[in-house]
Amino acid sequence: MPKRTDIHKILIIGAGPIIIGQACEFDYSGTQACKALKEEGYEVVLVNSNPATIMTDPETADRTYIEPVTPEVVAKIIEKERPDALLPTLGGQTGLNTAVEVARQGVLEQFGVELIGACLDAIEKAESRDCFREAMNRIGLRIPHSGIANTMEEARVIADDIGFPLIIRPSYTLGGTGGGVVYNPEDLENIAKSGMDASLTHQVMLEESVLGWKEYELEVMRDHADNVVIICSIENFDPMGVHTGDSITVAPVQTLTDREYQAMRDASLAIMREIGVDTGGSNVQFAVNPQNGDMIVVEMNPRVSRSSALASKATGFPIAKIAAKLAVGYTLDEIPNDITGETLASFEPTLDYCVVKIPRWTFEKFPETQDLLTTAMKSVGETMAIGRTFKEAFQKGLRSLEIGRFGFGADGKDRPEADGALPSLDEIEQKLVIPNSQRLFYLHLALQAGMSIETIYQMTAIDPWFLFQLEQIFLMEKDLIQAAETAGRSGTPAEDGLFPLTADILARAKAFGFSDVQIAHLIGSTEKVVEQTRKALGIRPVYKLVDTCAAEFRAATPYYYSTYETECEARVSDRKKVMILGGGPNRIGQGIEFDYCCVHASFALREMGVESIMVNSNPETVSTDYDTSDKLYFEPLTREDVLHIVEKEKPAGVIVQFGGQTPLNLSTPLHAEGVPILGTQPESIDRAEDRELFQAMLKKLSLMQPANGTALSIAEALTIADTIGYPVIVRPSFVLGGRAMKIVYDPKDMETFTRLAILASPGHPVLIDKFLEAAMEVDVDAICDGSTTIIGGIMEHIEAAGVHSGDSACVLPPHSIGSEMIAQITVATKAMAAELKVVGLMNVQYAIKDNQLYVIEVNPRASRTIPFVSKATGIPLAKLATKVMLGKTLAELGLTEEVVPRHQSVKEAVLPFDRFPDVDTLLGPEMKSTGEVMGIGTDFGLAYAKAQLGAGQRLPLSGTVFISVGDEDKPAILDVAMQFSDMRFDILATDGTWSHLSANGIPAERINKVSQGQPHAADAIKNGRIQLIINTGTGNEPRRDGYTIRRAALKFKVPYATTAAGALAVCRAVSALREKPFEVKAIQDYHG
Amino acid sequence: MEARLTLEDGRTFACRSFTGPGEASGEVVFNTSMTGYQEVLTDPSYSGQMVTMTYPLIGNYGVNDEDVESARIQVAAFLVREYQPFPSNFRSTQSLADYLAGQGVLGVEGLDTRALTRHIRNGGAMRAIISTSDLDSGSLTRRANAIPSMVGMDLVREVTTTRAYRWNGGKPEMLADDLKLNAGIWQHRGARPLVVAIDFGLKYNIARCLERVGFEVVVVPAATDASAIMAMAPDGLFLSNGPGDPEPVVYGVQTVKELLGRLPIFGICLGNQILGLALGGRTYKLKFGHRGINQPVKNLVTGKVEITSQNHGFAVDMDSLGADAVDVTHINLNDNTVEGIRHRRLPAFSVQYHPEASPGPHDAAYLFDQFKDMMRTA
Repeated sequence: MPKRTDIHKILIIGAGPIIIGQACEFDYSGTQACKALKEEGYEVVLVNSNPATIMTDPETADRTYIEPVTPEVVAKIIEKERPDALLPTLGGQTGLNTAVEVARQGVLEQFGVELIGACLDAIEKAESRDCFREAMNRIGLRIPHSGIANTMEEARVIADDIGFPLIIRPSYTLGGTGGGVVYNPEDLENIAKSGMDASLTHQVMLEESVLGWKEYELEVMRDHADNVVIICSIENFDPMGVHTGDSITVAPVQTLTDREYQAMRDASLAIMREIGVDTGGSNVQFAVNPQNGDMIVVEMNPRVSRSSALASKATGFPIAKIAAKLAVGYTLDEIPNDITGETLASFEPTLDYCVVKIPRWTFEKFPETQDLLTTAMKSVGETMAIGRTFKEAFQKGLRSLEIGRFGFGADGKDRPEADGALPSLDEIEQKLVIPNSQRLFYLHLALQAGMSIETIYQMTAIDPWFLFQLEQIFLMEKDLIQAAETAGRSGTPAEDGLFPLTADILARAKAFGFSDVQIAHLIGSTEKVVEQTRKALGIRPVYKLVDTCAAEFRAATPYYYSTYETECEARVSDRKKVMILGGGPNRIGQGIEFDYCCVHASFALREMGVESIMVNSNPETVSTDYDTSDKLYFEPLTREDVLHIVEKEKPAGVIVQFGGQTPLNLSTPLHAEGVPILGTQPESIDRAEDRELFQAMLKKLSLMQPANGTALSIAEALTIADTIGYPVIVRPSFVLGGRAMKIVYDPKDMETFTRLAILASPGHPVLIDKFLEAAMEVDVDAICDGSTTIIGGIMEHIEAAGVHSGDSACVLPPHSIGSEMIAQITVATKAMAAELKVVGLMNVQYAIKDNQLYVIEVNPRASRTIPFVSKATGIPLAKLATKVMLGKTLAELGLTEEVVPRHQSVKEAVLPFDRFPDVDTLLGPEMKSTGEVMGIGTDFGLAYAKAQLGAGQRLPLSGTVFISVGDEDKPAILDVAMQFSDMRFDILATDGTWSHLSANGIPAERINKVSQGQPHAADAIKNGRIQLIINTGTGNEPRRDGYTIRRAALKFKVPYATTAAGALAVCRAVSALREKPFEVKAIQDYHG
Repeated sequence: MEARLTLEDGRTFACRSFTGPGEASGEVVFNTSMTGYQEVLTDPSYSGQMVTMTYPLIGNYGVNDEDVESARIQVAAFLVREYQPFPSNFRSTQSLADYLAGQGVLGVEGLDTRALTRHIRNGGAMRAIISTSDLDSGSLTRRANAIPSMVGMDLVREVTTTRAYRWNGGKPEMLADDLKLNAGIWQHRGARPLVVAIDFGLKYNIARCLERVGFEVVVVPAATDASAIMAMAPDGLFLSNGPGDPEPVVYGVQTVKELLGRLPIFGICLGNQILGLALGGRTYKLKFGHRGINQPVKNLVTGKVEITSQNHGFAVDMDSLGADAVDVTHINLNDNTVEGIRHRRLPAFSVQYHPEASPGPHDAAYLFDQFKDMMRTA
């Protein structure tokens, strides 16, 4: 059946900001869907609050609303745009929940909008635990014994019935927020309660524990003619009990016979039909008892998901694109398979390689929380690796993680704090039994300690098949050591006279995924020597295709991975080509913003007729879509892996300044091998990163920076801090996102944090800066063609200096910086760009204190704010920068002067505190946010209000404000309190703040601090008496009081501000919202 | 143990035997299934062929006593990228290496199976030889070229049962030598429809499926003629799958010709080709065949797509079928080849693919019911 002609305009809801459990995979799926629908001639309306997405580029959809993804806002957009249909299945759980809410409110009916893809009934059947259980019963599939509880009393009764341990799963949440494993009645009280709080419907399911069962996922697609296909099967390395987002996962399934696999396939088909997903992709999860093969259904998601993005990258089959086409009426046999070009989408991809996905966690940023993996997802990113064997893919995946490891151990990076000595058996056992982010490395330590597969299996329930693979890797490690020792002893070294390994064992090690760094470590050589010898022996990787069909058909799309075999399929053209290095796995500090830039680089190259070659290892991204670039190499971003591709493709240049710190760190080693780096040269990058060189440059340009010094030891650090005076900021060099960065107020803390900083970036100096208290921070993005510099945007931070720029809200254009200072900033930026010979993008962070401008840092690369600035000004900075790097001048590109928009744009950070129990929500110099939203409005208050709503803060229009601030914030807070009072808010305040307000004639009611006993502020929050919280802290006072209040705010979803500046902004936002309901406006209308 | 695979065109792949010393030859073909290697190994349609799996990791779940499609391993040799010696599955009773070695079948690993697959895709299925003793590619090439071609060779004789057997309770039950094949052979006349299955290389799961939908099944040797079958007075005739070229199986074609219109007929795979030949059509050899469990087939009657299990190197020529007598009911969406035919007036239909799956999806299981329905209306 051809596409529908009775609908013309389709609304797509995006996933909003990047949060744990919902990352850039939804930009990937949404972008594909927009493109697919536009290709079919439909008008696409899009809403997404996340500016760092390709989907919100003005070209991706026809009408793009960078507005909060909430039912109210979507209703406004529907009223304005009058779409014929709403496609709710591409924006993750946020998009789905929002669509459901809009439908429930009757908006769709009112405006005659049809829900396509999945109907309301199907969504409810899949999402409501109760309905799902009934549905599974109807088709005879087993699900864990369970019960649904809406109250704690019900929960206790059900728990009694099922018995412990059991699992709590909240209804309608993402990433299993609030869920967990319950071992006893005490756990039940805590976890059931937080599960209910997390659930949209205040409902949890208590479920029989199937801990230790094998976990599987099937990605299923169905068209309206009821054709159903399985796109990908996935087996989890970590058994049940660890959220699939936190599990290492492998495609295809490894340990099921065909009979068992087909039973799972049959079940998936039956589920699709029973739930009634009309068209599109769904994900079904199963658990299998390893003892007898019993199979149960865990859950089903009637939408594209993180797993479907992974499945798309793992197979080459574009699930989201096909889902969009199915939603408008096509059947699977009417849609071509783009990869082969000659076959159709109605088939099941077959793999002739093994895919391993490994999550990337970020527990180091939240030291207060325990490093434990449970049924609630904690990872912030993931990497995918492809190899012809599991061993190869697994080791590639580990070095793709970019956590300083080069494979499965054997790299000298184990336990640096203990000089690599083995931990005790007790410690190993503990780390194996309770899943945690370090478990995969403890598996290596366990093998080193001589534990058997059977023993490790008893502790972990990881399938012995996987453990055997790990053991084989480990045995190869021992073989390499042995070979080196034998050669050393016999004095008859092999082949080249010095190198201890034969070609045979070297080739075998490479086929097992060993990196040169690992081999060098094992045989006591250097990476360089191993590399040279290996290449002299002719041992190089070949590149094979991901083609959906295991070579049965010729593939049209060049999507490659490396392996050590005989036949190379890379088709090297004689066109001019440029290689773009991506950002690797998402992490806090390096996320979707950098992928956005890489994708723009690719688009720019296409516009210039230059062949684009993308190298990346992140399966969630648009950059790793097979049709983003002319060629895609799905490879780890290490020196070795990148050099191999360079040697094969011989690009005219490599772009390193868009993927964040990862490729930037590769620029010097690549340059040393004669690889041409496009744009700003590695010397300049070093000059900006190296403290002393940078200082000399500022001196030359007569620019100020806060007093500072660098130290390589703790003693040195203490001396420097004494000289420049506390407080100081301490941080390691060469890391992104303020990792291990801290404001330190006294010598005792100084010692502690210097030690941590040395660990975070070994071998690099620790940086110590004078901390400018209460200074204003400013971010500047600029573009330079080597002679002309144009300021892309100047952003004024809302929060004062001391809060990491990635966590601070900011506004563009600045609203409280005078024109003279703006001029100063512009001059300083241009001077530094010229001095650093920047070609491409540059980001500068300034602080302003007492009308003096200080340079905090300069990054000669794309920054996190590039997409925000581009969306705010309508200038595609990353694209222009790419063209500049290829030799165009800004004048040729038509960018001759700064663009200062008339509207206000606010960027607000989105923080993951609700995922990490026990973590304080105070902001500081270490970045903690996972994503960002953008609010656009005619004035600051409105733009800020939209940004807050987009970030999930529902600001009240009336009610009670709770204010409790430190002495240093008391003067600033007066104005805020006054304004709230004028808006007829009631004010509750603790002692000191109350006295200060009263003394200044602002009516307020006094309430106990938590430490003063009940009833106290936290009680008032729990009782719903407080609608807004203003609670500041320096992070250095005895903070139990503030901490309890802030955690309560988080838990009860009461909007809060933790800085005085933030409070003032909130105040202006509330005022703007009270004046008039805000309007929605498409991005195309701002820059039209 | 070091080994060499050499194709008839001289292309040689270094590999290792994981089943000890040995030598094997035959046509080398690839199968794209990611699961189901034990079913592939025991499928009689692979007789005379050396099979390479495109999925690189094979042996993961071992082997068991249940997932067999015939009484023995049928492939001439088994070629994989990385043999997995550590099976993990609750049903596993033996490692794949022991299973192959136990039946004297050569297994090799460590070759670039994707390169081999691409070579076959581009050059077509080829004769080849594997050896652990002769590692000289010149000698191996000469010997590969001496292997007889599959075209025109009757491989059915190699695999068909020598004696008739009853399919009972999921297992073959050999009939006594002196038992006469007549109308009295059946145990459930009146209660179940009775079907004679001609064994051209029958996969057990076909018999299991026939039994499951309610047939009583007696399997007879391929050369059983029409009168012998009619003497059993069955309600229907089933034509099984089998190896190689259908054209030399003239005795089978003759039997079908004689029984057309006298018994409802259902054929699978080689059975489809034999029905096609009996209906006056022609068959031809595909370049490299269809072997896998992800082949999309469109049912032209319902318009629905089935994901099917396939294993065939020959196909029925669509143009050779008289359009007045025969309908094409199913086509392959990848290459538009014939996947199913039905006689317009007589009760006879067949499919080129494997509705019994094993390995593969169960999308087409309805065909067994269709055969049963045909019996009621015939």
